[in-house]
Amino acid sequence: MSVADRLEGKRVCIVAGSGGVGKTTTSAAIALGLASEGKKVAVVTIDPAKRLASALGLEQLGNEPHRVDPALFTKAGIEVTGELWAMMLDAKRTFDELIERLAPDEKTRREILDNRIYQELSGAVAGTQEFTAIAKLYELDRDGGYDVVILDTPPSRNALDFLDAPDRLTSFFEGRALKLFLAPSGIAAKVVGRSTGVVFSVLKRVTGVDLLQDLSVFFRALGGILEGFTERASGVKALLGDPATTFLIVTSPQREPVDEAIFFHGKLAEARMPFGGLIVNRVTPCAQDDEVDVSALTASMTDELGASLAGKVARTYAEAQALAHRDLRAIERLRVELGVEDPILVPQLEGDVHDIGGLLGVQRHLFATDEERGRMMDEAAGVA
Amino acid sequence: MTDLLDRRLIVVTGKGGVGKSTVAATLGLLAADGGRRVAIVEVAARDHVSRTFGLGAADVFRERPLADGLHHVSVDAEPALREYLADQLPVRAMADALTSSRAFAYLAAATPGFRELLTMGKVWELAQHTRRTPGARPYDLVVLDAPATGHAIALLDAPRTFADAARVGPIARQGRTISDMLSDPRRTAVVAVSTPEELPVSETLMLRDAARATLGAEPALAIVNAVRAARLTGPEVARASAAATAPVARSVTRAHDLAREQQAQLTRLRRGLHGSGVPVVTLPFRGDGDLGPADLHELGRVLGRRLDRRDPVVVS
Repeated sequence: MSVADRLEGKRVCIVAGSGGVGKTTTSAAIALGLASEGKKVAVVTIDPAKRLASALGLEQLGNEPHRVDPALFTKAGIEVTGELWAMMLDAKRTFDELIERLAPDEKTRREILDNRIYQELSGAVAGTQEFTAIAKLYELDRDGGYDVVILDTPPSRNALDFLDAPDRLTSFFEGRALKLFLAPSGIAAKVVGRSTGVVFSVLKRVTGVDLLQDLSVFFRALGGILEGFTERASGVKALLGDPATTFLIVTSPQREPVDEAIFFHGKLAEARMPFGGLIVNRVTPCAQDDEVDVSALTASMTDELGASLAGKVARTYAEAQALAHRDLRAIERLRVELGVEDPILVPQLEGDVHDIGGLLGVQRHLFATDEERGRMMDEAAGVA
Repeated sequence: MTDLLDRRLIVVTGKGGVGKSTVAATLGLLAADGGRRVAIVEVAARDHVSRTFGLGAADVFRERPLADGLHHVSVDAEPALREYLADQLPVRAMADALTSSRAFAYLAAATPGFRELLTMGKVWELAQHTRRTPGARPYDLVVLDAPATGHAIALLDAPRTFADAARVGPIARQGRTISDMLSDPRRTAVVAVSTPEELPVSETLMLRDAARATLGAEPALAIVNAVRAARLTGPEVARASAAATAPVARSVTRAHDLAREQQAQLTRLRRGLHGSGVPVVTLPFRGDGDLGPADLHELGRVLGRRLDRRDPVVVS
């Protein structure tokens, strides 16, 4: 099944996987493929390679998608009947805008935006990118007028962070917990019991007063936007589980990304979120099933190339085939662990993808039928 | 460059997927082979190193032997907090009340950088000559297999941020102690791991700038991992492609193109680092991370030789 079939009827596609497996390129190629089929598509990227970003005309961080110039497609020789929109997420700004939108008045807005705790929280790498990415996704899906929104997920140290982000924020902003901070000596404290009093006295002692002060201002100001935030976070959570949402897992055949893919797939199932398919990038094409006989191969080329060059060529080929066999084993492991019959395999392409033409190359693999894809892999191996 | 292993703490970071865990394990083995008692510390839920050595996922905080002189510790913020509070508070019941309190859990989760601070606090503890943990033996070297660059910087920055924010009280004091160690180049080294590809190289250059800003010191070393050897020259590739069968020709061309692209990125890295004192060492491609202890020992020997050279800038 091609990516197009897998995304049939989907409005939101989240591309997950560990760093360095070609997630951004894959996301952009999927977006390009859908746009060329006539859809209006937005792709949200987090940290694209510079050359890929400039290929899409994304020269700077922005908070709204901008349309990729159709002239670029014409130049690359493809017809795109739909529209391709792209943006690079600015996590801090997305967070600020969310606060601005939710704050009931100017005073609350300023109080939050100027608070040191908030500034750190919204600027910190861990956690914020995950939340703002899906908050943006939610907004684009709801208000953007796109047929499909594709999200290239942040390079999380752990895929779990991403799935957990809305839950963590919802429970964090959940009224009851927050009230504990807002009224430490009030009714809530009495209900919860004596331990809260201990908590606050110890906190003062452990953290020092200033920090606590900042925190309490932060929490009090947040109280003003609590309802809006909780609502937003649950909207985001609902979107992740929506039947029109799907997760594609991208990996390369190396062990770490494969482990991560298996782990993430398990977490998806646990959270009852929809898994839409597996893409394995950077597969070394396999030309022969058995081990390469280096000396025989060297001998067969020695007349034409001389012994030294023939030997180097034979060893290069043998190494490539050894890698190809390891890739096949990794793919088999993924098949079994994920219960995926037909992962989409994309061969190792030459060099980094850094223009529309390169994206088109990836897109061809992703959107091919199983049969075509098999043929392209054979071609890459030189056995077609 | 071998004085790298004489620090108390080496922080290994870089972009996701570049082989940080492999490099951390390699450095750890190299130091252990030199007679040091070494701990490789992973931030919980990763545990790549322990899996390489055939152990299952680690119990958090259990210090487990991996090889001669080499130990493994998995660090997580929650138990670090429990340990910290138990150590700080005079009454056990107080610590228990605090850790079981929902309010406190929320506060800890919500306070930016608190998890990072706790994690670094435990790393600091492991790197002390005299351990705070009762009965624990000290290590000569702690190798932190840190998360990817951005999060690693957050880890390194958290103690200072807390020291500045709290100003007074035990957290401020401890934050300062940890931060002093991290920004002391005689005790702490950051090792930037990269592969010869566009994004990892960009991230290494970014790490150099961030380390300057955060620690006031540059990374002690950049290790470019998984460098493919360019065996054939361009004309040789052309001759071979004409003579060999299609599969062989494809392999040779692909290997050559890849090696050339890699050399271009290596050059970009060296240019980017030009003017700063960060030496660059390369490690050969070893087949994508399916490495066992024997491979790591071999890689450690290669790294050791390259670090020993006067000019560690080596083209492999």
